[in-house]
Amino acid sequence: VRVFSFFNVSPVQWLVQVGASAGKALPQRVKIVEVGPRDGLQNEKTLVPTEVKIHLIDMLSEAGLPVIEATSFVSPEWVPQMADQVEVMKGINRRPGVSYPVLTPNLKGFQAAVKAGAAEVAIFGAASELFSKKNINCSVDESLQRFEEVTKAAKEAGVRVRGYVSCVLGCPYEGQVSPDKVAQVAKRLYSMGCYEISLGDTIGVGTPGGMAELLEAVSREVPVDALAVHCHDTYGQALANILIALQMGISVVDSSVAGLGGCPYAQGASGNVATEDVVYMLHGLGIQTGVDLPKLMDAGAFICRSLNRKTSSKVAQATCKL
Amino acid sequence: MGNVPTSVKHCLSYEQLIQDYPWLGSRLQEEKEMVPTRVKIQLINMLSETGLPVIEATSFVSSKWVPQMADHTEVLQAIHRSSHARYPVLTPNMHGFQDAVAAGATEVAVFGSASETFSQKNINCSIDDSMLKFEEVICTAKQQQIPVRGYVSCALGCPYEGPIEPTKVAEVVKRLYELGCYEVSLGDTIGVGTPGSMAKMLHYVMEEVPSSALAVHCHDTYGQALANILTALQMGICAVDSSVAGLGGCPYAQGASGNVSTEDVLYMLHGMGIKTGVDLSKVIEAGDFICKALNRKTNSKVAQARSKSS
Repeated sequence: VRVFSFFNVSPVQWLVQVGASAGKALPQRVKIVEVGPRDGLQNEKTLVPTEVKIHLIDMLSEAGLPVIEATSFVSPEWVPQMADQVEVMKGINRRPGVSYPVLTPNLKGFQAAVKAGAAEVAIFGAASELFSKKNINCSVDESLQRFEEVTKAAKEAGVRVRGYVSCVLGCPYEGQVSPDKVAQVAKRLYSMGCYEISLGDTIGVGTPGGMAELLEAVSREVPVDALAVHCHDTYGQALANILIALQMGISVVDSSVAGLGGCPYAQGASGNVATEDVVYMLHGLGIQTGVDLPKLMDAGAFICRSLNRKTSSKVAQATCKL
Repeated sequence: MGNVPTSVKHCLSYEQLIQDYPWLGSRLQEEKEMVPTRVKIQLINMLSETGLPVIEATSFVSSKWVPQMADHTEVLQAIHRSSHARYPVLTPNMHGFQDAVAAGATEVAVFGSASETFSQKNINCSIDDSMLKFEEVICTAKQQQIPVRGYVSCALGCPYEGPIEPTKVAEVVKRLYELGCYEVSLGDTIGVGTPGSMAKMLHYVMEEVPSSALAVHCHDTYGQALANILTALQMGICAVDSSVAGLGGCPYAQGASGNVSTEDVLYMLHGMGIKTGVDLSKVIEAGDFICKALNRKTNSKVAQARSKSS
């Protein structure tokens, strides 16, 4: 049980304060970053044919999503699901005004991505040393040095870079993670040229108190307009965490169609929050997203059929049965 | 329906008492399998061990309507009543109330609706007529010093009428409160509410009834429950209903989920440093037990995560 001493008020008093100021503070528009085709599929066991990935991305483009993470330029040895990265990049119908970032872990990946036509890339840091070591085989500092090479090259090539920080609310190895550590990593990514930093609750352990505390710390180092939240729903907390983030000025939310992508640290447990459920909440709040929910659900239904799995989206479950 | 209320006294002591309602109305009633009486008794006994202060035990509706609750007397008489917990039962009318008292009930609950159509379809009478029935129950209960909790269904939307005017909800809540219910639980029966509609509805209701006499009963059919509960807490609501393992599907969207799970609510509250006095791992155990008995998977994400992580 985390004692909420940070704000010098009782947990509920704090909650009420944040809520009271929220009425005016809720953004009118939220940008949804759809990570299903990359983060989602990467964490699905079934290997998906290239044409299915392309069709999924095209359907998501039609649904009005402004940013769709298309693929990953990591070595196919590490991530076989993303081996068809070049084909996917070349096969998708790029909708005008829509961004299709790709993951690039290092300079080599970046160069391959640009060659394949990428106009935006993403780099993945961690707030936990152990996680960094286990995930990408180097320390946080070493990874940031690698990323500096990428951001430098990206600047020269006129390519935008998005930064991710994982384990922002907890690490599967280290347990609790300090918000200040997250702030430091976020600040470095921002200073080296990332236009936006997405804060990832990688194992979904975060709750609204921790989210608020985290955002307070990070927004002291990086302007809140340049921040996004990437919440996992492993413990069912994602929408509550997203709501608090919105109340604190965040207006960019990552999510995955149909909630694709389980949690690699809790087998069988859920991972990404479902885009349909996020959009339902945002639209219910009167917040614009530009997303057509029925079309989004079609995309979700399509990929679930292809993966032969049930959707993790409650909205999709509810709607199709009525 | 019927879930876990969480009481928060947020001005002075921020104690949270989680009350568990293993079933009510649509919950175990929505579970298709007939659950043996001894299983129900064991579930309630396990829940009593978790620290939950209120456990809705059964329903004194006619067994014709709700066969799942036919063993109401047996259940009420067989459970081990913890001195730290209360065991309310549903009583739709005087007949049910009298049976409940004869069986040893010390707290009862009545179920109204903010939607005329839902009232007609669900309990076969108008809202006004239902209030007359409840008045009888509440008056008699008062004389016998038996507290009565009120429920209002369709507070954020109706499967037949669609959106429900918050002023209508406020009207019905006020009536139940003025009749003598010590607390009124606002039910998002089909789970369509979002933080926006929750805040709006509470705003109107709280103009008529103090927040200390209100509770929220959120369904997770569209995944919105925890966000809605958070909103309610932010507006000063002190009681939350939920259901262990998220028992009870949605009768209006087949296959879709219904009640929010107690485990997930507790996880959020504990994560925010709010004390509940409830042992989450014991609730998970109770959830595991009932899911095995029902041969179904839990709806609780916390239970799923905990059972699979190394």
